[in-house]
Amino acid sequence: MKQKGRFGQFGGFYVPEVLIPALEEMEKAFYKFYKDAKFTAELDVLYKDYAGRPTPLYYATRFSELVGFKVYIKREDLLHGGAHKVNNCLGQGLLAKYMGKTKLIAETGAGQHGLATSMIGALFGMQTKIFMGTVDVERQSVNVHKMRLCGAEVIPVKGGTETLKDAINEALRYWTANVTDTFYLFGTVCGPHPYPTIVKYFQSCIGIEAREQCLEKIGKLPDIVTACVGGGSNAIGIFSAFVDDKDVKLVGVEPAGKGIETGKHAAPLAAGSVGILHGTKMYLMQNKEGQILDTESISAGLDYPGVGPEHCLLKDTGRARYVAVKDNDVLDIFDIFTKCEGILPALESAHSLAWVYSQKGKLPADTTVVVNLSGRGDKDVDIVERNRLK
Amino acid sequence: MKTYKQTFTELKRAALIPFFVIGDPDFDTSLQIVKAAIDAGADILELGIAFSDPIADGPTIQKADIRALGAGITVEKAKDFIAKVKAYKDIPIGLLMYYNLIFQYGTEKFFADFAKAGTNSVLIADLSIDDVDEIYAPARKAGLDTVFMVTPNTETDRAKKIAEKCTGFIYTVSLLGVTGGRDTLSDMIKPLISRLKSITDVPVCVGFGVSTPQHAVELAKAGADGVIIGSRIVKIIEENLNDKKSIAVKVKTFLAQVKEAIEKV
Repeated sequence: MKQKGRFGQFGGFYVPEVLIPALEEMEKAFYKFYKDAKFTAELDVLYKDYAGRPTPLYYATRFSELVGFKVYIKREDLLHGGAHKVNNCLGQGLLAKYMGKTKLIAETGAGQHGLATSMIGALFGMQTKIFMGTVDVERQSVNVHKMRLCGAEVIPVKGGTETLKDAINEALRYWTANVTDTFYLFGTVCGPHPYPTIVKYFQSCIGIEAREQCLEKIGKLPDIVTACVGGGSNAIGIFSAFVDDKDVKLVGVEPAGKGIETGKHAAPLAAGSVGILHGTKMYLMQNKEGQILDTESISAGLDYPGVGPEHCLLKDTGRARYVAVKDNDVLDIFDIFTKCEGILPALESAHSLAWVYSQKGKLPADTTVVVNLSGRGDKDVDIVERNRLK
Repeated sequence: MKTYKQTFTELKRAALIPFFVIGDPDFDTSLQIVKAAIDAGADILELGIAFSDPIADGPTIQKADIRALGAGITVEKAKDFIAKVKAYKDIPIGLLMYYNLIFQYGTEKFFADFAKAGTNSVLIADLSIDDVDEIYAPARKAGLDTVFMVTPNTETDRAKKIAEKCTGFIYTVSLLGVTGGRDTLSDMIKPLISRLKSITDVPVCVGFGVSTPQHAVELAKAGADGVIIGSRIVKIIEENLNDKKSIAVKVKTFLAQVKEAIEKV
């Protein structure tokens, strides 16, 4: 491996030996193609004509009136597939194609990454397998159906919590046995190097666009940029363009589930400790011996015990602040925001909206906040309804 | 304490190396099983400390990890287990485990404490030679041998680098994949043994997918210095959970068959 893939003490590539050649091949291919004129031109066309970039920066008038300051929404929910996941999948999928790979595998929690990978598998004519915990298969059945319609094979994963963590375990095991012809299209800024770097690069379009749009629309940079954080790809995507703008506050919002104090959450930055899982050193939810704890969140996409290594560094250096909001607040904001703006936010994205709402009365009226609306909430309507009945 | 070097020098045949998850299905039964394996003629023991997310392992070992954790195994108890095995017989013991457990314990302290308990080496399934600096010095300081994995897709230059850092033996993975019993031996392993033998004198012990006495014989004939059998034995445990007292006898019988087979090579 040419690089160590470190973000301070975090990151690295802690994987079984058998995977090292595949990661080396991927690192080599990424650095060969990511600035290659043909590759970037092809990716730009796909971003524009297939995915629907650039996405708008929308001023949420009624929601702004409600909270008492100015809220702009980066509309990643308008992308093809309904989430920011398509950015990374197009990038990695194209990379796989340039590498001559014909098979894709991916893990998924909420199904958005699985759907985006399935779409790209269809687009490039690649055989695609999606690993998904059986709990998530049930709670995100609409996305499972869509994946199958795209021609992907969805493999339900039993064992453990039967959620995203276990889907990653199983995808890694499958990759270990099929490493020569299969490209593992990893969904977030976690995992072994080079994934955190690759995924960040392909998601950085969100921040680059948002920053330019702020300057055009508002005439200045925002005061706060906020995004939800599970693995953290949409958040790194938008944060990356603002990290050097020291006056812009970056706020990542983790899932507090039933409440941090109950232990039933998925907020490693708020209540975890440093450890190693799935190839990377990061903040983790674990017991004192290092066994990984079960997580809980109403949002399948955030239901993961770790977080991307760069977020860990941003937390430790204080460049970004990380907070956590509970499931109940997420459900409330789902209704509030939808009624205000006619936009259904994904439950993942609703976490950042819930934090913004919690700032009502605390921020001056001239404060501008940009929220990365990472995905649309159609997939979550049943979950919201079921919880409303409880 | 008996070393790998002494063991491999004394043996005129491939070493028999059974693998168990410590505490599977429970601490006491596990200890009886391991003692039975020693009685059956195990030359070296490979022991695993259960981890919640063992990505290098297939379903059989994963279930063993879950059983052991469910029965209350901890890193501290695993240390006591090793001391008890060592008190039964001075036999080299290699640990096979995941990095997070060591990292949380404190790397230096882990190696020192486990060396004291009677461990000869610690192989970390998710730590490659690229991060050898994180463990090499503390392992050597504690008096532990180092063992790393080589797989069929490891290039020769890299295999040389790995061999240079292996003071115990090279854990040679027979196939591309995770642990688990297989009906036939991978066709990748014999060329790999030859390749390793041509670049190093460090003993080559083969694991992953080694399931039958015939597999062991084939590997021994191919020049392997040791055969590591894991999932096949763990499966015996899994299949006899309703009659725990019979497990030790069944494991002993199986291992005796393997030993008899490799002694004839």
